[in-house]
Amino acid sequence: MSATGIGASVRRKEDQRFITGKGHYTDDINRPGQAYAVFVRSPHAHATIKKIDTAAALKSPGCLAVYTGADVAADKVGGLICGWMIHSKDGSPMKAGAHPALASGKVRYVGDHVAVVIAETLAQAKDAAEKVGVDYDTLSAAVDVATAQSNGQPQVHEEAPNNTVYQWHLGDKAAVDAAFAGAKHVTKIDLVNNRLIPNAIEPRAAIGEYDSGTDSLTLYTTSQNPHVARLVLAAFIGLAPEHKLRVIAPDVGGGFGSKIFIYAEEVICLWAARKINRSVKWTGDRSEAFLADAHGRDHATHAELALDGDGKILALRASTKANLGAYLSTFASSVPTYLYAPLLSGQYNIPAIYCEVDGVYTNTAPVDAYRGAGRPEATFVVERLVEVAARETGTDPAEFRRKNFITAFPHQTPVIMAYDAGDYDACLRKALELADYGGIGARKAESAKKGMKRGIGLSAYIEACGIAPSAAVGSLGAGVGLWESAEVRVNPTGSVEVLTGSHSHGQGHETTFAQLVSGRLGIPIEQVTVVHGDTDKVQFGMGTYGSRSGAVGMSAIYHAIDKVIVKAKKVAGFVLAVPEESVDFKDGIFSSTATNNTLTFPEVALQAYIAHKFTGAQLEPGLKEGAFFDPTNFTFPSGVHICELEIDPDTGATRIDRWTAVDDFGELINPMIVEGQVHGGVAQGVGQALLEGAVYDKSGQLVTASFMDYAMPRASNLPSIKLAMSHTRCPSNPLGIKGCGEAGAIAAPAAVMNAITDALGHENIAMPATPLAVWRAAQKSPTKMAAE
Amino acid sequence: MFFRKKDSDRAPEAAAPPAAAAKAGDGTVSVSLTVNGTPVTASIDPRTLLVQFIRENQRLTGTHVGCDTSQCGACVVHLDGRAVKSCTVLAASVDGGKVTTIEGLAKDGKLHPMQEAFREHHGLQCGYCTPGMIMSAIDIVNRKGTNLDEATVRHELEGNICRCTGYHNIVAAVRAGAANMSSSRQAAE
Repeated sequence: MSATGIGASVRRKEDQRFITGKGHYTDDINRPGQAYAVFVRSPHAHATIKKIDTAAALKSPGCLAVYTGADVAADKVGGLICGWMIHSKDGSPMKAGAHPALASGKVRYVGDHVAVVIAETLAQAKDAAEKVGVDYDTLSAAVDVATAQSNGQPQVHEEAPNNTVYQWHLGDKAAVDAAFAGAKHVTKIDLVNNRLIPNAIEPRAAIGEYDSGTDSLTLYTTSQNPHVARLVLAAFIGLAPEHKLRVIAPDVGGGFGSKIFIYAEEVICLWAARKINRSVKWTGDRSEAFLADAHGRDHATHAELALDGDGKILALRASTKANLGAYLSTFASSVPTYLYAPLLSGQYNIPAIYCEVDGVYTNTAPVDAYRGAGRPEATFVVERLVEVAARETGTDPAEFRRKNFITAFPHQTPVIMAYDAGDYDACLRKALELADYGGIGARKAESAKKGMKRGIGLSAYIEACGIAPSAAVGSLGAGVGLWESAEVRVNPTGSVEVLTGSHSHGQGHETTFAQLVSGRLGIPIEQVTVVHGDTDKVQFGMGTYGSRSGAVGMSAIYHAIDKVIVKAKKVAGFVLAVPEESVDFKDGIFSSTATNNTLTFPEVALQAYIAHKFTGAQLEPGLKEGAFFDPTNFTFPSGVHICELEIDPDTGATRIDRWTAVDDFGELINPMIVEGQVHGGVAQGVGQALLEGAVYDKSGQLVTASFMDYAMPRASNLPSIKLAMSHTRCPSNPLGIKGCGEAGAIAAPAAVMNAITDALGHENIAMPATPLAVWRAAQKSPTKMAAE
Repeated sequence: MFFRKKDSDRAPEAAAPPAAAAKAGDGTVSVSLTVNGTPVTASIDPRTLLVQFIRENQRLTGTHVGCDTSQCGACVVHLDGRAVKSCTVLAASVDGGKVTTIEGLAKDGKLHPMQEAFREHHGLQCGYCTPGMIMSAIDIVNRKGTNLDEATVRHELEGNICRCTGYHNIVAAVRAGAANMSSSRQAAE
């Protein structure tokens, strides 16, 4: 391993600009002559728009334009799309309502886009927006996912009767029912996976720009996947042909899923830029982020586990209502279906699984992928079920898990997935040892002496990452392929530019991708630059989500490097005057058994470009290669997280005392960065379990719409994290890596809730386990609960 | 509006007596500040927040805006040597003040020890909260000393939100940066 190659904790190349204030985020960009956009948003969850009066706003100082849904419709601007088709049990396609960029006739959630005001300055745009008069006829709102499908509830879209977008299922219901009929023990739980608001610290922003000389558009935007944004904006929304539209996603301040999607504000800034022939800039404020960024999770689930007399799992069944919000966001339909139910086998050998999911419209913000996307929801179901089953059958929860672990690979689950590699017991053993699981009894006794309740909770998670291969996701309804592309451009002096379709918004690709190049080509890491986030520079790419940039994005770079090395060997053969087949390349040096002469990588790069030692008939000059990589399977990171916490029953305060994680991500490129990803994921998972929860009141007002009301994890809410790794190589990509970005967020909620319920002695508490909720639960004794 | 309890953690509103700035006839006010050692004067809309002055007027975009309720701390700068949330300060109210932003920390191309510590300990991912974190961290050291335990750092970072790192490495970076500030101060003495 070289000091800057694969496996080294190289300090990040991108940090220099971030720690000196020289990052370039979208809001840091200012274009000549730019105007400012402010959106008029619905204050009602559900209302008919009777009239919009723009006259006063248009007269406001500096106001350039006010546009409404009628203008968008008149220009035939296409609606926002959902790119994953789900079919119901009966074979019918999902029932989706239209999603115009500015509301047409009706508003469907608080924050829905009613009009845009464009002015010379931001202050003038805000002043003018105050003067837009909107006359609403308010309607009652469907807010709660548990009741939105009932008769008599307000209808969000006419196209979806009873607010039901789809009634989907997966698995063999008959086999599952038979297994339950023969079970010795059945564990039943009802779970709510609380609604979350992603809250990347950089709010979304967009600048639309029009060049009348070339009739082309440019969009600067906070996107995790600029090429997909361009494709959708061109092909579906129809703002410009793809080759006349450039999308630039510069430094992006966190995404967590929320910046995958194509939003109304981006559409409107681009469209309006052409209309007024000026650059149009919009920067969301935090209140807008709360109201109108796609939210995450929001499931209500009933789940059951069937056991035989030896504590072996026979079958699992789950029934879930998933809140999709008021409109289907870009990938909303896939999250509670194919990103959820196929993970319900967890790490366990479960012969039969059946899951049914209703996707439900409500008068709330759209719900889509948020860190983990479906997999945290699945892990929460599985890991709460096995924990409760272990407790009900008087089995140690670790032992219960071990007894049911999958131990042979590959393993075909009954719900699509074929797990390729893993050693679940290795992670469990290591985690139990690091957490001093054996000493928990003594520590509980110590806590009890202080009047505190101590609990310990395990979570043995699995996830499916990479979100590929393309043919597989296509067969499940995805509208796009999920490969990745790369281009490796070697300069004549031997420095390298790597162009990638992945996008970095905190993951450190500029470092890890450079490590791969540095290690394989034997050149200093300083000689490598990673280029991403600009559709004019990178030909195409699918972007970053689903922990895919290592397993899929880097694998594309790996294959492009393979091609560079093949070509470079040919060049070296001509220069050394030896047969190409005799040329070897190792540690940056080209050598041959046929000569004592050697060449360095930069020497060969120069020879490739000056092209003096070969003719055009023998070899093309230059050294630049590209590759598209489509893996053969999903990747399956797994691991065990253990949460140990202490509850003060008098105040309900919960303090996490120890966090132990043992993860199997396969091969690691940069352990420092991998650990950072786990830390961040755990923080979001702990946030979900203890702090965070989006709350709408009955009228559909979001009452948790600021950092004052929505509890974000702060430094004092979190413990230091004890981390270790276990390694089984992933066989479906050349680097053997599985992905690490979502693991913490997937594992953590179940670990926390298993620990809290262990401490309290009963199961009757939901996320977020706030001090009030914990205090209430702590007032009920375990025996009393059992009698209820 | 969002005062902290302790005087030592004084809220930005209390930072300076209001409006020594001169009013012009066109509704703007003239403000003079020293930003990163350079005196600047500008005519601004009286509503202009200090963070807007820094970002839009001075085009120093390292100071960020992450919320609208003075909670996230992405906008923290030093005003007359103390950390303030620049989203909650009217620029005109601090006329004559000395402002240091993230861009003003490195001297002669040499990073401040706290900047260096954030890189060394991987205390940042997307980088958006980072300038505010670093400015707050230096302020913590100025108030609490260079020998900081974990609990103190976690408590003192209450006003800075990071969504990426889980704070684990930020805490490590602040402690290490504090220790390095101690050695660089000693070296300077």
